[in-house]
Amino acid sequence: MRTENQKAWFFVLPVLALVAFNALVPMMTVVNYSVQETFGNNQFFWEGLGWFEQILRSDRFQAALGRQFLFTFLILLIEVPLGIIVALSMPRKGFWVPVCLVLMALPMLIPWNVVGSMWNIFTLPKIGLLGYFLNDVLGINYDMTQQPISAWITVIVMDVWHWTSLVVLLCYAGLVSIPDAYYQAAKIDGASPWSVFRYIQLPKMKTVLTIAVLLRFMDSFNIYTEPFVLTGGGPGNSTTLLSIDLVKIALGQFDLGPAAAMSLIYFAITLLVSWVFYTLMTKDDAQ
Amino acid sequence: MIELQDATKRVGNVIHIKPTNLTLQTGHFNVLLGATGSGKTSLIKMMAGLDPIASGKVLMDGQDVTRLNTQKRQISLVHQFFVNYPHMSVFDNIASPLRVAGMAKSEIEGRVEEAADLLQLRPMLHRRPHELSGGQQQRTALARAIAKESRAVFLDEPLANLDYKLREELREQLPDLFAGRGAVVVYATSEPEEALLLGGYTALMEDGRITQFGPTADIYRNPENIAAARVFSDPPINVGRVKVIGAMAQLEGGGRWNVSGMADGDYAVAVRPHRVTPFRTSDADVELTGRVIVTELSGSDSSAHFQHGEDAWVSLAAGVHPYQVGEDHSFYMNPAHCRYFGQDGKRVA
Repeated sequence: MRTENQKAWFFVLPVLALVAFNALVPMMTVVNYSVQETFGNNQFFWEGLGWFEQILRSDRFQAALGRQFLFTFLILLIEVPLGIIVALSMPRKGFWVPVCLVLMALPMLIPWNVVGSMWNIFTLPKIGLLGYFLNDVLGINYDMTQQPISAWITVIVMDVWHWTSLVVLLCYAGLVSIPDAYYQAAKIDGASPWSVFRYIQLPKMKTVLTIAVLLRFMDSFNIYTEPFVLTGGGPGNSTTLLSIDLVKIALGQFDLGPAAAMSLIYFAITLLVSWVFYTLMTKDDAQ
Repeated sequence: MIELQDATKRVGNVIHIKPTNLTLQTGHFNVLLGATGSGKTSLIKMMAGLDPIASGKVLMDGQDVTRLNTQKRQISLVHQFFVNYPHMSVFDNIASPLRVAGMAKSEIEGRVEEAADLLQLRPMLHRRPHELSGGQQQRTALARAIAKESRAVFLDEPLANLDYKLREELREQLPDLFAGRGAVVVYATSEPEEALLLGGYTALMEDGRITQFGPTADIYRNPENIAAARVFSDPPINVGRVKVIGAMAQLEGGGRWNVSGMADGDYAVAVRPHRVTPFRTSDADVELTGRVIVTELSGSDSSAHFQHGEDAWVSLAAGVHPYQVGEDHSFYMNPAHCRYFGQDGKRVA
C-alpha cells in the first residue's frame, strides 16, 4: 500500500518563507501600485492595466529602453572578448599569478558610487586629469557634461574599467582548469593557436562564460549608480538609462503607479532576455 | 626506431632523468615499467618532444630530432585520462590530426572508419565524447593514434582509469592493434603483471634511470640486479644471504651447495617462490628446513611462508600440501635457479 503524507512540505517551508519575505511580498506592493492611482491620504482608485499601456506607448520609455539595450549591447560586445583576451594572456603559473589576480580584482572592490565620482573628477574638462589632457594637450574637443557622444564614451569606458575584471577572472578560472594533456594533444596534432582556442579553450570555458555573460547582462541592464553619479543621465537625456528614468518618475515626480508598472515591465524584460541567453548558450549540452 | 643518447632532463636544478641510452625498434611493443614518479612520463615527453632535454640527443630513424618540434615528429600520444576535443564528434576527433596534416577527404574517411572498426566505435562516430562511457572515450583516443600515420605511438598508462574488465579486454587487443603499423610503440605502466601480459620488450625504470632493458621474458629470467629480480614476482621473490668460500656457498640459516666462477665473499641470492618446493625436483636439490608461519591456497597452488634462519622464505607449489603451521618442514631448491647479486645489488652470477 502506498502511504502518502504531506510532511515534505515542512522541509520546503523555510525557503518559501524566506523567498516570500525578500521577494514576493515587496514585489506584491509594486504590483499593487501598478494597477491603482493614488492622490495621497492613502486613497486608492482602480486603474487596471492603464499604467502599463501608458508606459509601453510613451516615447520617453521607448527611448530609455533603446538607450538601455544599446548600452548593454556595447558593454557585452567589449567586455566579453576583452575579458577572454586578457584571461588568455595572463600567466598560468609562477610569481606573477597572484599579482595579476589582485590587480584584476581591485576595480571590483571599489564601491559603485566611488567609481562614479572617480570618473567624474577624472574626466571633467579643465579640472580632471583626463579631461585636461584630452582638451589642452591633445587638442581633442571632449566634454562629457556637454556632448552626448563624450558622455556615452565615458560611461562605457568606466563600465569596462569596472567590470571587465569579472569576465577575466571567470575565464581565467575556466582556463587553469584545463589539464595540460589537452594542450599536449593539440601540440602533437600540430594544431594552430586559433584551433587550440576554438576547439579546446573556448569549449572548456563555456560554462563560466555563460555565467559571465549572464552576470554582465543583468548588471549592465540594471545599472544605476555609476552613470547617475557620473552624468546624472545627461547631457539632456542622452545617458538616461532605464533605471535612472525609473527613479526620476518614482521619486522625482512621485508618479507611483506608472513607476510601479515600469518596474514590472523592466523586470520582465530582464528576466526574458536572461532566459533567452541561458537557453541559447546551454542548448548544445542538451542535445 | 627511437634512440636516446645520453639524454637527461632536469627541472630547475633537480635531475629528473639521469643520462639515458635506449634504442627502441620500429614494430616492437616496448613497456616502460616503473613505480609512480620513476620517470616514465618524463621519458615519454622527452621522446615525444613535449619537454626539452637538458643534454644528449634524441634520434628517430637515425635522424637527429633533438631540436625538432613535436608536431613534426609524427607521433601519437594517449594519456591516462581521456583527452578528446569536447566539441567534436568521435569522427572529427579521430580525423582531426589527419585534417591538420592536409589529407584528402576520401582518405580521411577510409582511415577513420578502419580505426573505428578496429575499436568497435562505428555506432558512436557521430556522438560527442561526453556522451560516451570512459572505455569508449579512451578507445576514441586510441583510434586517433591508430588512424594517424605515426612513427611512434606513446601510451602513458592508457588503461589506468578504466574498470577491471575493460582494462583486460583492451590490454589483450593493444599489441595487435599496433602490430604491423610501422611504429615504435611505447607503453608506460606501473604494473609488472601488465608488462608480462603484453610481452614484447620491457625497460625497467627506477628513480629516473633505466635499470634494465630487453625482451620481457629475458628480464624475468635473468634480472641484472636485485631490484629487477624483485619486480616480477607474486608472491615476492626469496632473497637470502650466502657466504662463498672456495667453491662452496653457505646459505644463512642452513643449506650449502657448490658454485663456480664466484670470488669469495658475501652475496644476496634470489630464488623465485615456485622454485622452492616441498618435494624434491632433482638430485641437485638443496634441503632447506624452516618453521611454517602462514599457508595459503590459491586455486590449485599452495604457498607456505617459512622462517629460514633470520629470513622469511616463500614456497609456491602446485597441488595441495599438508603443512602444519608452527611445525618444521623441509623444502627443496635446485641451486641452478639461484641468481647471485653483489653488495651493490648488481648481478654476479
